[in-house]
This record gives sequence, C-alpha cells and structure tokens, in this order.
Amino acid sequence: MSTIYILWLRELKRYSRSRVQIFASLGQPVLYLLALGFGFGPVFARAGNGSYLQFMAPGVVGMSILFMCVFSGISILWDRQFGFLKETLVAPVPRMHIMLGRTLGSATVATFQGILVFIICLIAGLRPHNWMIALPQAFVFMAMVAITFAALGTAFGSVIKDMQGFPIVMNFMVMPMFFLSGALYPLSHLPSVLTVITRLDPLTYGIDGLRGSLTGAWHFSFALDVAVMGFIAAAFLSLGAYFFSKIQI
Amino acid sequence: MIRVENLVKTFGDFTAVRGISFDVQQGEIFAFLGPNGAGKTTTIKMLTTLLKPTSGTIELDGLDPMQKQKEARQRFGIVFQDPSLDNEQTVYENMELHGVLYHVPRKVRAERIENLLKLFELWERRDDYVKQFSGGMKRRLEIARGFLHTPKILFLDEPTLGLDPQSRNQLWTHVKRLNETENTTVFLTTHYMDEADRVAHRIAIVDHGQLIAQGTSAELQERTNSDSLEGAFLALTGDSIRDESASSADNMRQVARMWRR
Repeated sequence: MSTIYILWLRELKRYSRSRVQIFASLGQPVLYLLALGFGFGPVFARAGNGSYLQFMAPGVVGMSILFMCVFSGISILWDRQFGFLKETLVAPVPRMHIMLGRTLGSATVATFQGILVFIICLIAGLRPHNWMIALPQAFVFMAMVAITFAALGTAFGSVIKDMQGFPIVMNFMVMPMFFLSGALYPLSHLPSVLTVITRLDPLTYGIDGLRGSLTGAWHFSFALDVAVMGFIAAAFLSLGAYFFSKIQI
Repeated sequence: MIRVENLVKTFGDFTAVRGISFDVQQGEIFAFLGPNGAGKTTTIKMLTTLLKPTSGTIELDGLDPMQKQKEARQRFGIVFQDPSLDNEQTVYENMELHGVLYHVPRKVRAERIENLLKLFELWERRDDYVKQFSGGMKRRLEIARGFLHTPKILFLDEPTLGLDPQSRNQLWTHVKRLNETENTTVFLTTHYMDEADRVAHRIAIVDHGQLIAQGTSAELQERTNSDSLEGAFLALTGDSIRDESASSADNMRQVARMWRR
C-alpha cells in the first residue's frame, strides 16, 4: 500500500509543481470551446439541435482528461530515459503496485484537470440541467474515463521504447479515439460504418456519460455507460499491468 | 556473501558471460575489472535480478535471487552506471521514496536519511531539486540512497564514470567508511585501476565473458611480473581495443544528456 501511495503522491507533486504545464494544457480545450463551440453554434442551432456549446462542452472535458492521461502514461518513457524507472523496478515491491501507483496518480491528476476544464466550460456558458444530480454523476464519469485512459497510457508508455513512437500513438490511437467518440457531433443519424466505429470507441461511452449527466441528453443510458466503462477500465488496467510487467531494463 | 558458480548468459547466439565462478566474503570490497564488453554489466544485472542467467547458480546471502527475488532485492543496494534519480523531486524526497520502496520503518527512515545525507555532505541541500545538481552530487546522493535500507551488499557499476578526481576521491572515502562501519559487502566495477587498487580487497579480471584471474592487487602484479595493477591488467587482457556497439541504453543516455542542457 505504501508503495502505491508514494508513487501516487509523486505524480501529484509533479503535476502541482509544473504550473506552466497546467496552464499550457488548458489552452487546447479553451481553443476547442471557443473556436468550435461558438463557431459551429449557429449552424447547430439552425439544424434544430439547440446550443452547440452545451453539447460539446462535456466532450471537451473528456478530451482534456484523455490527453492528460496519455501524456502522463508517456512519462514512463522519460523515467526510462532519465533512469528513475530502474530505481522503482529493482525495489523489493511487486511491479503491480508500482503500476497501480503510477496509473492512479495520473488518473487523479487527469480528473483534476478535467474539473478545471469543467469550470472553464461553466464560465463559457455550460449550464447543467440539475446541479444536484449532474455534479456527482459527472464526477463518476470523469474518474472512470481518467482511470481507463491512464491505464491505457501506462500500456503505451510500457510498450514504446523511444519518443519516435509518440506521434504514432497520438495520430493513430488518441486522436481517432477523440474524433470518433461523439465528443464533437451527435451519434444519431451517422453513416452506418461510422455508427459501428463510434460504438467500438471506448471514449464514446465516457463522453455520453458525461453529456448525459450534465445536460440530461443520453444517447445510451446511465447504466449502460457505467457498465461499459467499468468493463473497459478493468480490461485496460489488466493490459497496462501486463505490459508494465514486461518492461526490460 | 556472494557465491557464483558457472554463470552463463547467452543472447541469441552471442555468449556474453561464459562460465564465471567466484566467491565474495562478507565485509569484503570486491572489484570486477575488464575491458568494454567483457561481461561486467551483464554479470551485475544477473546478480541483481535484472537478467535471468542462462545457466549456473547465484547465491546472495544464501538466497537464490531468481527464486526469492523480493528477499534478495531487500538485501542489496545498487548504484547503476547511469543515473536513476527523480530529477523533479528534492534530495529528501528521493531518499524518502527509496525508504518507502525498501520498507524502511518511518522512524528509522528519518534518522538514517539525516545521518547519510550529513555523511555525504548533502544535508544542507536536502530541499533542493535534484535537477540542479552536478554529476558528482548526484552520484553522492545515489550512493547515500543505496545505503539507506542497510543493505548487506552494495553493487556499484562504474560509479565514478565522468567524475572529477575530487569527487571520485571523496566518494570512495565514504564507501570505504561505510564498508568498515556497517560491514557492507561491496561489489564494484570500474575502469580506473587506481581506484580498484586503492579500495578493493580482492580483484577479479574478466575478459570475453570469462574470469581470467582473481586475487589481491599484489598477487595479480606478482603473477604477471608487473609493477602496477594497470600493467597486470594489460598483461592479462592484451592491448587490443574493444569496440562495443551502442546499446539502446547508450542511445537513451545520449538523448537524456541532450535534454538536460
């Protein structure tokens, strides 16, 4: 337990100490929110779908959590390059604990980042349909998205050996996952191929959960989203633990 | 304390270590010398559970490190060839983290961290980030950290690589002191003959994955009719230069160095 705690704490310290990075990583969600949120707003409203900002804000929250998780996972690469990873891997503790400490640490940090972006969304004009239900429900989904993708980030960080692998992960895994999750457009009336792909995307259920909690408009349902996210989180945690246990120094 | 018999490690069709055997007594400082690519680091990696031997047996304090990995790891400390500190944390936090990972009880931990940091002259800098440190200070911290959980054996893999003579001198003084006061067995590799000559009780010379001679510095010199350890080393290993292809670790080190600037 103490191993998990101290490595969890390390992630938190690293996050809270890099203020510039916190600020910088808020830039992208803000850009999406302002440029797309207000840019597509009129078209979206004319199509009879209501406020686009209201629609896409939960997607932007999900996006910032996803990106934060993947960046944290990639920090395994830095630790490998700067040697710190070895220090933890030769210690007389199970690797599983090291993996859990790191992953839960990045999940916590990513959830926090998600809350920051959520606050920005509120300032920009997002209005939850029912504060009392929306906030706890949304928090549950933020945490689930964070754990799921922090575990995936750990898996990526364990598999790729150098920074050249990073763009591959970003362009072929993370960006598609974001764009095909329904974060930016409604999932109904899509071409059938896209419908299938969006349903295979794990982030879809997280975003739907967030959007449903906050705005009351569910594509699936609370129960389905929680069940699917729970299942995927467990799967990715096992995957991350497996790849992490295979790291050779 | 360390007993190695017929240790072999092959990577594909390349044999890095071919049948090495040696014994290290408790409290001894044992130096492992050899040209590049002789199999020193591979041997250390096998001794420290990082690599699985192809064949042969290893005993650390009576334990087989492959069978009882956790127990064995608790018993040794290791200072790697390249740094393994967390640059984004302070000196004290690095020590604390190590103490937690090695199950040092909280009270003992605080006390021992203070003592070791004072001994290694880092106590005043305890709240500074490691990233601000010079190579010599980082090395000192790593060695202090290696002693934190009172290991029975300390492995030092080329600990003085790239350090100035002052830092090297100071580092060995500390290692010797702790070897005497805590009776820690020290297993080291180095390229500097004068260091081995100065600190090691016994020296083993390896080449091409084989142990070609072992004994005290005086014994080795006598055997080869040379008047220095360096002479003995060259007489035993020849003067051809070994080319080692850059491993992924070397490449990473290069990148790390680049980013540090």
